[in-house]
Formats: sequence, C-alpha cells, structure tokens
Amino acid sequence: MNIMKKGLQSFGLPRIIIICFFLLLFVLAGVYQMDVQTLLGDVLRRWAMYGILVLAMVPSIQCGIGPNFGLTIGISGGLVGALVSIELRDLGFYVSFDSNPRLSMLVGILVAIILALLISSIMGIFYGLLINRVKGSEMTVSTYVGFSIVAFMNMMWLLLPFKSSTSIWPLGGTGLRNTISLDENFSRVFNNILGFYIGRTYVPTGMIIVFLLTCLCVWLFTRSRSGVIMQAAGANPAYAKAAGINVDKMRIIGTTISTALGGMGIVCYAQSYGFLQLYNAPLMMGFHCVAAALIGGASIGKARILHVILGTFLFQGMIAVALPVANQILPESSLSEVFRIIISNGIILYALSKAKEEIR
Amino acid sequence: MDDEYVLQMQHITKNYGSNQVLYDVSISVKPGEIHALMGENGAGKSTLMNILFGMSMIHSTGGYEGTVLINGEEVKIMSPQQAMEAGIGMVHQEFMLIPGFTVTENIKIGREITTPTIASLVFGKDLEKLDRKKMAQDARQALNTIGMDIDENTRLGTLPVGYMQFVEIAREIDKTGVKLLVFDEPTAVLTESEAERLLEVMRMISSKGIAIIFITHRLREVMDTADSMTVLRDGECVARRTISETNEIEIAELMVGRKIEKLVDDSVKTYDLAGSRVAVSIKDLVVDMPSERVRNVSLDILEGEIFGIGGLAGQGKVGIVNGLMGMYPALGEITVMGEYLELDKLGDAIHKGFAFVSEDRRGVGLLLDESIENNIVFNAINIKKEYLSNFGITKLINTRAIRRHAQEMIRILDIRCTGPQQKTGSLSGGNQQKVCLAGALTLNPRVLMVSEPTRGIDIGAKKLILEYLVKLREKEKTTIIIISSELAELRSICDRIAIVSDGRISEILKPDASDADFGLAMSNLRVGGDQK
Amino acid sequence: MIEQKSSNAYVKDLLLNNSVVILFVVLCVGSFFVSGTTLNYLLPELFIRISRNTFMVLSLLIPVVAGLGLNFGIVVGAVAAQIAVFWVVYWGFSGFTGILLCILICTPLAVLFGYGVGALFNRMKGSEMIGGLVMGYFFDGLYQLLFLYIIGGIIPVSNPTMIIAGGIGVKNTIDLMGNLKYSLDNVPMIAILDVVFWIVIILTSIQLIYRLIKKQELRLKKALLVLSLAVIIYALSYVPALSSFLSTDRLLLLNAIELGVLATCIYNIFRIIRRRKEYETTGLPKKELLYIAVALAAYAITYIPVFESAFVAVRLPVLTYICIGGLCVFMSWFLNTRLGQNMSTVGQSRTVATSSGINVDRTRIIAMIMSTVLASYGQLISLQNIGTFSTYGAHTQVGQFAIAALLVGGASVHRATTKQAVLGVILFHTLFILSPLAGKALFGNAQIGEYFRVFVAYGVIAMALALHAWRSKK
Repeated sequence: MNIMKKGLQSFGLPRIIIICFFLLLFVLAGVYQMDVQTLLGDVLRRWAMYGILVLAMVPSIQCGIGPNFGLTIGISGGLVGALVSIELRDLGFYVSFDSNPRLSMLVGILVAIILALLISSIMGIFYGLLINRVKGSEMTVSTYVGFSIVAFMNMMWLLLPFKSSTSIWPLGGTGLRNTISLDENFSRVFNNILGFYIGRTYVPTGMIIVFLLTCLCVWLFTRSRSGVIMQAAGANPAYAKAAGINVDKMRIIGTTISTALGGMGIVCYAQSYGFLQLYNAPLMMGFHCVAAALIGGASIGKARILHVILGTFLFQGMIAVALPVANQILPESSLSEVFRIIISNGIILYALSKAKEEIR
Repeated sequence: MDDEYVLQMQHITKNYGSNQVLYDVSISVKPGEIHALMGENGAGKSTLMNILFGMSMIHSTGGYEGTVLINGEEVKIMSPQQAMEAGIGMVHQEFMLIPGFTVTENIKIGREITTPTIASLVFGKDLEKLDRKKMAQDARQALNTIGMDIDENTRLGTLPVGYMQFVEIAREIDKTGVKLLVFDEPTAVLTESEAERLLEVMRMISSKGIAIIFITHRLREVMDTADSMTVLRDGECVARRTISETNEIEIAELMVGRKIEKLVDDSVKTYDLAGSRVAVSIKDLVVDMPSERVRNVSLDILEGEIFGIGGLAGQGKVGIVNGLMGMYPALGEITVMGEYLELDKLGDAIHKGFAFVSEDRRGVGLLLDESIENNIVFNAINIKKEYLSNFGITKLINTRAIRRHAQEMIRILDIRCTGPQQKTGSLSGGNQQKVCLAGALTLNPRVLMVSEPTRGIDIGAKKLILEYLVKLREKEKTTIIIISSELAELRSICDRIAIVSDGRISEILKPDASDADFGLAMSNLRVGGDQK
Repeated sequence: MIEQKSSNAYVKDLLLNNSVVILFVVLCVGSFFVSGTTLNYLLPELFIRISRNTFMVLSLLIPVVAGLGLNFGIVVGAVAAQIAVFWVVYWGFSGFTGILLCILICTPLAVLFGYGVGALFNRMKGSEMIGGLVMGYFFDGLYQLLFLYIIGGIIPVSNPTMIIAGGIGVKNTIDLMGNLKYSLDNVPMIAILDVVFWIVIILTSIQLIYRLIKKQELRLKKALLVLSLAVIIYALSYVPALSSFLSTDRLLLLNAIELGVLATCIYNIFRIIRRRKEYETTGLPKKELLYIAVALAAYAITYIPVFESAFVAVRLPVLTYICIGGLCVFMSWFLNTRLGQNMSTVGQSRTVATSSGINVDRTRIIAMIMSTVLASYGQLISLQNIGTFSTYGAHTQVGQFAIAALLVGGASVHRATTKQAVLGVILFHTLFILSPLAGKALFGNAQIGEYFRVFVAYGVIAMALALHAWRSKK
C-alpha cells in the first residue's frame, strides 16, 4: 500500500488525471460510434508534428534555464526560414528538380529547415546572452521576450519585402497573409514519405522517422562529453564551476539548441498542417509545449527525451480526440479548446508549485 | 528565590538523532555581567543559543533535556516570540535589518506604536495608524542609550555597515523588559575601530544592568571586555572562569586540548621527505571569499607531503583552497611542480593536476540527482576526456568502462550503496564523502586537496579514509593537502600543520607540538596586538 | 557625511533612473506630431481611457509593496466582476442599484479568488509572477467553461439577448446600454455631495461619542470646524446657480482645472498660514509657493485657445474620478497603518519579517485579496464606461496592459507609487491612441501602429523584468 502511495506521488496526480481523461475520451468516441481508426491516425499525426517543438524543452531544461517559454523566438526564426524557401521557389531555385515534384518539395523543405536552423541558432545565441543576465527569473523574462518577439514580427510581416504570390496578400493588400498555403511548396511532404494505412488509420511514417531521428540526435548529444558537461552545469552550477566549466557558455549552448529545435519544429509542424500561420498564431505555442513536456514527466529542473515522446503523445492525442468528441456532445462548440487551456495551464501551475520541493 | 542570576541554563543535553551535540552543559549569567561563551566550531555554542531562543529546529528534533531559569523562575521557551517576551534579545551575525526603511522603522519592526482609527474599530487592530512621532522618540532614546548620534530618520541603506549593527542593538534595547542580550560573533565583520566602538557599547549596556552573553573566538576581546566565561568543547562544558582569574594561554588550552585518539597506526607513517622537491609553492596568496578571507598566505609544500591546514572557522583556511581552484577571485604566485598556475583561468588548477574534494558535499561536491558512477567519472570525462569511446565522428560515454571503474572504487573505499547506479542524493553523508573522494582519485591527481575529509563520518570510516590517504601517498607519491577543523585528524596523519588565523599563516607546527601552541596559534588576532 | 553630488552626476542619475518615462514622453510627443492629430481629438479619448483604467492599475500597487511583484493574476479579479455583471444584467437590474448589486456580488467572489491565488503564491515563493501569469490563463479557461457550458448547460437560463441560440452558453457580446452603461458615471454631483455630507456628519458624531465614552479629550473645536464647513458647503449647494451646475454628472475639464487651481491655492495658503503660526518658521515657504505658481500657470494655459477648446471638449464623469482619487488617498492612508507597514516589511525581507513575529503567509494573502477586490472594482468601472461587455475578451489583456501602464510610469517590480501609476496610465494610453494614427501617417498602414503598441506593452514588461533580475543579482 505504501509502495503504491509513493509510486502515485512520484508519478503525479495530474498525470493520472490526464491519462484517465484520455482513455475516457476514447471510450466516449466508441460510445458515439465515431470513427476511432481515423481518430487514431489523427493522434499519430499530431504526435509526430508537434514532437520536435516539445523536444526543444529538453536542452533548455537540462542546461538549467528551465522550460523554454520563449520558444516563440525560435518559431519566428523558423517561419522566416520557411518564407525564404517559398521565395526561392518563385525565384526558380528548384528548377532543376521540376521533373520530380515530390523531390522538389523535399528539397524545398530541406532548404527551409537549414535556413530555420541557421536563423534560429543566431537568435538563440542572443537569447542565451540575455537569459544569462537574468538568472533566477528566466521563466518570466523568456515569456515576455517571446511575446515581444511575436509582436515585433507582427510588424515585420507587414514590412518585410517578400514577393511570392503564395505569401503576400493579393492586389491591394500590404504584407504577408495570416495563413499561407504550403500546397505548392512542401505540404505533407514528410507525412507522405513511406506513409501507409492500417485499416483507416494513416501512419505518417516519414514525419515519425524525422521526429525520432531528431530525438536520437539530441540523445546522442546528451551522451557526448559536451552534453554531459552541459547537464552538470544545469543540475548544479556550483559543482560545474568547481570542475572548471564555464556555466554561462553551457547555458548559451543549451538555449541555442533549444531555439534551433524550435525553428526546425515549426517547419515540420507547418508541413503537416499544410499551412504556415503567422501573426499571433504562435503566441501561446511555448506554453503548450511546456505543458506537453511536463505531462510527460518532465519537471522544471529535469527533462528526458522519453518525457517528450510520452508527453506529446498524451497532450496532443488528447486534443486530437477531444475536438471531435466534444463536437458530438455539444455541436459547434469550442469545448476542447477550453479544456486544452485548463489542462495545459493547470499542469504548469502544478509543476511550479512543486518546483520548490526540488531544491538543488 | 534564587535571584542572583538573571539566566541559568542547567544540565542541558541535546541530541540530533544519534548525534550528541550537548551533554550536561550549564551556564549562568548575573545581571549586568558580560559573559563570554567560547569554543571551537561544533562545540555546541549555536545549539545552546538556539535552545535559549526557542528555535523551531530544536523542538522539531525532539526538544532538549535540562532546565532554563530566568530570574530564578523556570521557563519553557518554545518560540523566538516567547524568548523576546521573556526579555532575551539577540544581535545576529547577519543583521535582521531592512535597508529601505529608516532607522526608526527598523528599530520598531513588528512593534510599531499605533493609534486607533475608525477603520480599526471595525476591522481590528491591524488598521491602526502608525504614531510616527512616538516611534521616533523611542528610537531616539534607544540610540542615546548606546551613545549613537545618528539621525533616526535616515534611511538605513545610506549608513555604513558598522553602524547597522548598532541599529540592531538599539532595536533589542528598545524592547521592553530586555534582561539579556546575546551577541553572536559581533566583531567578525567590523573594522578595528568599529570593533572597539562595539565593545564600548557593550560595556555601556551592561552598566545599565542588562546581562550580555558574548560569543566569540577572540581571546583579546574576552580578556578586555568580559567579566566571566564558559568554555565548551565537543558539546561539554569544560570550564567556567572569571576573567580576572585566568589568562589567554589557559583559555586557548581549554578550547583545544583533548585526548588525542590514535586514528592511524604509527607504523604507517614512515615516509621520508628528505630530498623531496617542492610540489606546490604559494606566494602571497590573497583570496576574496566573503566569509573566509585570505589576506596573505605563503607556503611551500613538498612532493609526497601530507600537509595539514587548520584553524578556526572564518579565518581563511577554506578560502585558500577555494582560491586555488578558482571558485573565488584570487591573486598570487602559485607554481605546481614548476608550472605556473593562472588563478583567473577557470579550471586551470584541475588541468594542472589538482583535484579538490570540497567540504560542501551536497552543494559543490556532487550531482545529487546523478548516479554514483556518473559522479565518480565526471571530471575524468570533463578534464581528461577519458571514459569516452568513438562513435562515428563523435565520442560518446562508455558506460561499460564507467561501471567497471565505479565498482572498483566502491570496493576500495567501501561505499555502502545498492550499486553504482544509485543516486548519490540518497546516500548517507559519509558515503557521499567517499564518492567525492573517489571522483577526485579517478583523476590520478598530482596534488589532492581534501577539505573536511571526515566531517560527519563515523569513526570506522574515518580511519579507513585517513589510512587510505596515507597509503595513496606512499604508492603514488601524491601530495596531499588536508584542510580540517578537527585538529585530531590533522595531528594523526600530517607531516606538518599550518594554522591559519585572520587570513594569514599564524604558525606551522609539527603534529606533536603542545596543545597550548595550537590553541594560541588559532586565536591569534590583530585586535590589541600580541602578534607572534 | 554624505557628499553633495556634482550637479552633472545628479542630472545623469535622474535621467538613468527615469529612462523609461522619458523614452515614453519622447514617443508620445513624437507620435503626436507625426500623426497630425489635434488635442481636441486626443484629450477626450485620453480622459475616457484614464477614467476606465486607472482604478485597475492602482490595484497593482499593493502586491508590489508586499513583495509579490507584478500581479499578473489580476485577471482573476476581472473575472469576478464579469460574473457579477452577467447575473445583474440577467436579473434585469440597472442604473446605480445595478452597479451596487454588482459590487455586492463581486466582492465576496473576489475575496474568495484572491484567497485562492494568495494561497497558491505562498506555495511558490519566488515564482509568483510566472505563477500569476499562468494562473490568469488557467482562470480564463475556467471562466470560459462557466460561461460557455455551465451557464445554460447546467444552470438553466433563458434570455435570447444574452444566451446563444440553442440555450447553452453566453453570447459574445452583451450590450450594457440601458442597464449598466454609465451607471457609475452618470451619478450627478449633487447626489455625491449629499452622501458625502451625511457621511461626514455621521463619522464626526461617532468620533465625538467614542471619545465621550472613552473619556478622552473631546477636541470639540476641530469637530465643530469640520461640521460647520460641511453645513456651509451643503447650504451653498441650494443656491440656484450652483444647484444647476451641480446637478450635472459630468464636469468639463476646463472647470475641473479651474476648481483644482482654486483648491490648490487655498490649501497652500492655508498651510503657509498654519506654518507661520504653529512653528514660527521664517523664510520663504518654498514648496507651497511652488505649488501655487504651478497652479496659476495651469490656469493661464487654459486661456490659450488651443487648450481651451480641447479642455471644453473633455467631460469628466465625476463619481468615477472621485473613486480614483479616493483610492489614491486610501493607498497612502493604508500604507501608514500597521497592516500596511507589515506588508512593506514582508515585501522588503521575508526573513526579517518572520523574525519580528509577523505572519508572512497571512500578510501576503491579505495583500492578494485586497488587490483582487480592487481589480474587480476596476473592471466594473471599465465595463460600465465601455457600455458593451465583450464576454470572452474583456478580461484577457486587462492584466498585461495594466502592468505595462504601471511600468511605463516608472514603477518596477520592487517599487510602485500612486504617482507612477497615474503617470503611467496617461503616457501608456496616449501612446495607445496615437500609435495607429502615427502608423497610418508614417507607413500608410494603421495596422502597424496597432502592432507597435502591443509590442511596446510586451516589450516594456520584458524590459522591467530583465532589469529587475539584473539588479537583484548585484
């Protein structure tokens, strides 16, 4: 009985509530005779497309700056990368691949990802320098810097000289559109690689492979010398200093990797969704990713890749199922959105109130 | 009614679990008397005062045995609030003051004088208005009592640090019915003139009938100011004297002397140092470590020597190693085997062959959430890039090699654990220390510096560790520097022992020097002179 | 002794410490001229926004004093107000009774919510700000649950104007015209005067009786002075010319300034006389003369046509401004009580507070309760002025804009005063009004201006938080 109680405590009550809720939703789906197989496909798709964004939480938590509430910084960089890739297509950059449309799209997204990683990395370094000056308030500062960047980019989207007809408002409008269709560029390209159906469930193999490969890369990093040092710097800065480690440098490395993953993550997300969403759409994405990581078992001070994989599955899966189920119960409502707000913020609150017990 | 004494603590005994901290300690203070409470670190002074103040850490760990009498009446003080009501005040080492408030406000924190308002009639006393005029008057009076002429309306933050302590004293005096004031190492952070001033104030206060308990190491101050004293040693009361009947040497002996337990067999210590070259040469080392300032230290340590550094807390011995390892800003000329050590380059010491085992195991010494094996090999991975194996273009950690090595160290040092993968945070203090030591040894250092190697470790493990260090020196010719506040362990294995006092080397002694020599070396201070 | 700084260093220090305020003044002035708008447009808009938002910003002061930092959780107070507004409108109350009923309902709700938030903050000491932020979003979710599904779904309601067709959930906007709109603003000055008169009489009487019972000094002279003053003013209000003036509910800014100038001059002359008599000081009473000079200068400005026409265009809702003024006075009174001083102590150092016997946790909870209640009142004032209740949007950005406004006034995470709050509201909302206009003038796109002001709001908060972290590290 005691073991059970202790196991329950360490596993966390909110996690259990969410798992039960998730299962309940599936049961309800069955009750309402919904197409569970398609739903499962949705779950898999959302899991894979959000994965890398949530993965960004791991390097930031491990290097000691806490969950990356300012993920929007990396996301903004990724969006710019994607937009440039679209511009390049219009400028004839991929002409040599015109014979094979699939290949052309693949090249398009690879260019987008490379640009995203580059831009976001640079932004990440500056972000890291800032975060080093605000030790102790990383979470609040990163939240508001993230919001400020979104607001700033809002202005930029209106001013930057993009010309592609896919991206900008047609005749009479200024600036980029709110949602930009990726059909011409790289919509679904990862999802469709090696994708197959099990019954009516679609498995987006390509995206899953990309996600898992990225997880592997991050995992390999944690087992390299730099990774080990970075984790020590995050877990106990005094210990690291005594070992001659430059803690500030490690924090910048972690922040940069996290921001870069944010950039790559949004490109992967967009290709699955089929649209690039600008302006205020990414505003709360940081919070959702933090919540997903926390649900998977991470805490303010500790995160492992397994937490990310599990947490994204639970969180996004729950949303994937909740929306249609809620529609069945109360048609045309945004009940699932409301629950998403309650659950994601609730878990963050829970993690914050417990954080004090994990005194380093 | 035994009214002669304002405070009597009789036969006080206190255990923290199985650790006996105080045994049958008694202390008595007369009204208007300045009574010094002396003893080394860990002697039990703080615990005794915590009992007097009703601090929660005493009651939550099983309370205490013995009686406390104030003016002859027995009291059971269960909270600082009660202590205050009983007339006991304390001037802390870290000031309990608010720089943003005025002197008056600081003197009156929590005890502001108020007048009722309409709102307070409805909502309670909390909404009464502050009577700033009366508060200023009281503050003025308290300040006058101790002879301070600072304007009671100035913001505290604009005053020099030395003045702040006086404000704290004023606050204690202002409390009605204060009978006894405890001063905990009050001169530790003061300049010479400020300290003089403080002692004057103490005399002024005591002349008004308020008794004072004065906790200090500084013998000169005790001889100059106190009327009587009590010496604690290892949780027991070893002496009670009136100052006029004793002298500095006797006090020093009382503080230090104890029967030396043979921790290590004599037969083990047969190492011949003749002809050894200098391993570590320290010239004019200055370290800015806030509580352990090093003012100027010069030492030459021979290769293969087991060199001890001792002294009282706060005198600088811990600062020496922290400065060498780069944890705090330091200046000086340090050479290791002829190689110059760059003090401002982080980690240079480790790269040049130093390994350091910190006294702060949980804070600086370990990654509590990581396994034993990861802790042991961390620095080897970090500095020497060992325990890595190739993986394509990168190198990754070699778990198998790490585990093998960890199991070896567990065996050698007899680390009690469930296995190399157990998290160090769940180990006992002694075993944690062994893991720290293992980590340092894994580096095969040329110079091993160990700070408080056996603090909190049981006697069996103590012997094991000390014997291991001696063996290590014999086998590998490792130079070992031990920093410790336990003279006994230093005297049992060191070839030479340097005593640090007030940031300087007071004396370098052989282990068989007399107790008095050690005691005096440790209490050697600048206030008043008597430098050796 | 502390040396006199050279005047150069003094000026430099002044500029550095007030850099945010100065930056904003520059931005405002710049935008004003770039946008090409007039004072006649700006001032009325500005004063409407001031009347709407100042109360809410003032509610942020207490948590800062108590060491809880910037209260991102004031959204919780706004939610309490909105729940009250919904039910009051649903039950069909309107006018002043309506708003009184709102206050009656939202106060206990706000106390409850404030207690909850305070208790939560006590569990996350050191992370109160991020906690408050997340708490705000969490509460928004609960609020949406209540308004979208529980009302109508579980609690039966039927009202086609307020409830979504289908019976479940509240509509996006509720029109407050005809029920709560201007319920506070429209209270005529004469009514206020009546109430104040009776309150003064009653309170003075209570004081006298209390002193009689407690056998204290009666201080009859002062009491009689207060009473006779009250009676004179009350009697004056019956004079026909004044009576018609006072029966309106709005005061022209011009008149307000004139009254203000008059009051300042009288008050300061009074102080000079009292100083001379009681303390027999000699020499020029510099401070008082300065105030009189400023007041007269302000009066002179009102004769300049540009300003005069602008001032006439602005009509101030008296009761609302009295509430705002009242809160300012309340703040300085409160900070001088024992509870207020305890809060300051807790805010400066929890360790010192605990060792002085102050119950830190309880004090922090009281601070949160007070802030939440005041925030809910602030939201009521805001809603009754806007006149439309945007059910799902009214509370969302309330916290962020209020905090940004406070910071713009020069406040920080550690220190905030009433003056900074008022100054901040003026500057922030001026920029708010002018940004889209400036954007249109500079870029041909008003949208850029709108985005710019949001960027400024977030940016100012990010900067204040960063500065706070940076300073506390030193």
